[in-house]
Amino acid sequence: MKIAIASGKGGTGKTTLSTNLASFWAEKTTIVLTDLDVEEPNSGLFIEGKKVHQENKFKMIPKWEKTDCILCGNCQKVCNFNAVMKLGEMIMVFPELCHGCYACSELCPTKSLPMIPKKMGELKYFKSDNLDFIESKLIIGEEQAVSLIKQTLDYVNNNFPKNTIKIFDAPPGTSCPVIEATKDADLILLVTEPTPFGLHDLKLAVDTMRKLKKNFGIIINRFGIGDNKVEKYCSENKIPFIAKIPNMRKIAELYSTGNLLYKEIPEVKVQLENIITFISKYQQENAL
Amino acid sequence: MKILLTAKGIEWDSKMDPRFGRTEFFFIYDEETEKIETYDNRAIANEAHGAGPKTAQKMSEYNINVLITGNGPGGNAAAVVNQTGIKVFIGAGEMTVKEAYNAYKNGDLKEF
Repeated sequence: MKIAIASGKGGTGKTTLSTNLASFWAEKTTIVLTDLDVEEPNSGLFIEGKKVHQENKFKMIPKWEKTDCILCGNCQKVCNFNAVMKLGEMIMVFPELCHGCYACSELCPTKSLPMIPKKMGELKYFKSDNLDFIESKLIIGEEQAVSLIKQTLDYVNNNFPKNTIKIFDAPPGTSCPVIEATKDADLILLVTEPTPFGLHDLKLAVDTMRKLKKNFGIIINRFGIGDNKVEKYCSENKIPFIAKIPNMRKIAELYSTGNLLYKEIPEVKVQLENIITFISKYQQENAL
Repeated sequence: MKILLTAKGIEWDSKMDPRFGRTEFFFIYDEETEKIETYDNRAIANEAHGAGPKTAQKMSEYNINVLITGNGPGGNAAAVVNQTGIKVFIGAGEMTVKEAYNAYKNGDLKEF
């Protein structure tokens, strides 16, 4: 079963929830936690494990070979991302802008733009008892998160059995990287905070999940600040409201020193148990 | 010398556009023929990515010698500019086109 932890707004607690839920649940069963926020992965700050595997990840980009090129400019015309440009007597490629779609290469009449691999990031696999932790990270300058997220999902799907509980820490927002990180998940947990800003971005995330026809539930983090409009929104829109993590200074202190919360804060443990019960029930009902 | 200025309009009195990639217009002045050419680049607003290279590519079609702008081209556009050998002068973002041209002639602009 695949569970993605997402949010509209950034900084609502995706990583806090992902790492605590995965570690707590792993005390009872095998859990795979994957950090898909490849632009800035930080789940790893809270997981102590032994590195068991590492591999480079590549994207394919065109490389201009001038010998047969007739400078027709077709490559520039078919590129949607301005990543290939005809400049006078030469063709220039901008690797960071390239989405690796192959259009320029496939449609070149003289086959002058063969695709070559370019390193875009690294995948690392750590192990700690029942917990398998995978994270991918883009190298500096790379901006195509989607391709690396897809390759990371492929790695997880190919290396762990289908019925293992897999938790995915998704990037924030509602753009392409979030779509890629959530589109194959069985269940999405949307983390929000009970503030006008939190609710505004939660609505965007809900709209996105509805477009993707996903099943989702909502978790409020920092419960106690702001107002009750998120709860009202959930009940009015019949969205499952799964748990509320309290707003406590102690939580911020533990987080800021890279520690997990449930070991020291009983209220957090109770909320994680609520979440596990909700997921387990969903898993049984849907035979996942 | 053929000089391209990034501008918000098509007159000598128009304000300069400090941006290179997302400039609204090109104002091109040929010192030999004293002719002015302009190009409407406003469609660039529809480009989510790669505005710099796209504008630089357009610029390369005009065979210019000098570019005068405000902030200076970003990384991708600068790579194109380097290829073409165009001299770039920056810091004219708050001027009119005329003022920017005069500042360049007087050597008051910084070379990029």
